[in-house]
Amino acid sequence: MNPSGENTAVETSGLTKRYRRATALSDCSVTVPLGRISALVGPNGAGKSTLLRLLTGLAWPTGGSALVLGGTPRQDPAFLADIGYLAQDVPLYRQLSAEDHVQAGARLNERWDGASARTRLRELGVPLDRAVGTLSGGQRAQVGLSLALAKRPRLLLLDEPVAALDPLARRHFFATLTTAMAESEEGLTVVLSSHLIADLERVCDHLILLAASRVQLCGDIDDLLAEHVVLVGPRKDTAPIERAHTVVHATTTPRQTTLVIRRGGPVIDPAYQAEDIGLEDLVLAYMGAAAPPAYAHLSTVGEEQ
Amino acid sequence: MISFRVDGRSGVPPYLQLVQQVRQALRMGVLDVGDQLPTVREVVAEVAVNPNTVLKAYRDLEREGLVEARAGQGTFVRRRPTGPPPTTHSRLGRSLARWVREAREAGLDDESIESLLKVTLRSADTATADFGEGIA
Repeated sequence: MNPSGENTAVETSGLTKRYRRATALSDCSVTVPLGRISALVGPNGAGKSTLLRLLTGLAWPTGGSALVLGGTPRQDPAFLADIGYLAQDVPLYRQLSAEDHVQAGARLNERWDGASARTRLRELGVPLDRAVGTLSGGQRAQVGLSLALAKRPRLLLLDEPVAALDPLARRHFFATLTTAMAESEEGLTVVLSSHLIADLERVCDHLILLAASRVQLCGDIDDLLAEHVVLVGPRKDTAPIERAHTVVHATTTPRQTTLVIRRGGPVIDPAYQAEDIGLEDLVLAYMGAAAPPAYAHLSTVGEEQ
Repeated sequence: MISFRVDGRSGVPPYLQLVQQVRQALRMGVLDVGDQLPTVREVVAEVAVNPNTVLKAYRDLEREGLVEARAGQGTFVRRRPTGPPPTTHSRLGRSLARWVREAREAGLDDESIESLLKVTLRSADTATADFGEGIA
């Protein structure tokens, strides 16, 4: 991490949001480098939307701080000019057409690339003149994304943008997003929340994992996968493993132990077979570790064995 | 020009899938020296992966010496991967086919054959890794 923040799109330190009765986000310290697509994952209620809203200045923290593109999040035009935000369920005016939205954007934003939004939507076969309420979910998502991109943002925050879409519409949505990124001259960083890990695995190269209002993992996905290993072996005392490594999640049957560990060095115990971990198993291991005890018996890793 | 596929559930990281597909295309002769690889934008529009993933794959191939990036032009094939010529592949393929026949006659089903192959590959890997990083 660059201490001056030059290479950092988002940097939070101890960011906390408490409501009268509940804590939505607690002591959240994350860094997202510039030019990445960061996956924001975690169970419902883990604080994903809260974090995104804090980064846009739509909500104020009760503790800690955030730096977004070098500035403190606030609802003023100077800060918001560089930030695109697409809230959950793609809020659009259902009676208005995509063209109406593009024109409204031109009046509301100083920097606005309406032409590219129209071209993009035409290429995707999304009618510009029909009320958005009559479009399919996939088309509405593309309208929302095209509007967010028309701002020419340097940071795009997307809150579960594909949750309601079928697989083909999701693929098209991500193709639009990644193409915009490849074409962006100023550089674009994306933070997107989703539950669909298989999609995230192909699109994202950075991960923020929240569970129980706290950050469980944050970093480069390839690095995180390399740091973690699944160990499968006979059921026996795991203390030697726990001394050398951090056990994230353990599943035991009368005969077998399956461990997800964060490596503290090479694994040398020959009784265990070490296997690479995939993103989905890694995420589930951390979510499982933070889950209520009622679910503790559920195996989350290595089910195929 | 080749087109890429990325399988999100294969367990192989997307960038490595791209690297493997280029190497495979070179081995099979689908790509030849001097050919241009698709641009990052083209790959991204086709398979919807992160642009950084494509860059990482192309950098890996460049480090291997298989391709070169020409400023403002794109990425081009420099040479074929070293390794045995296609005839070796077909010869080994034939002997593997004989082995598979033998295994089937011995009553092994496909799943047993695959797991036997995996275990054998892995133990061969472990033997090599012991001399290397020692992670097993």
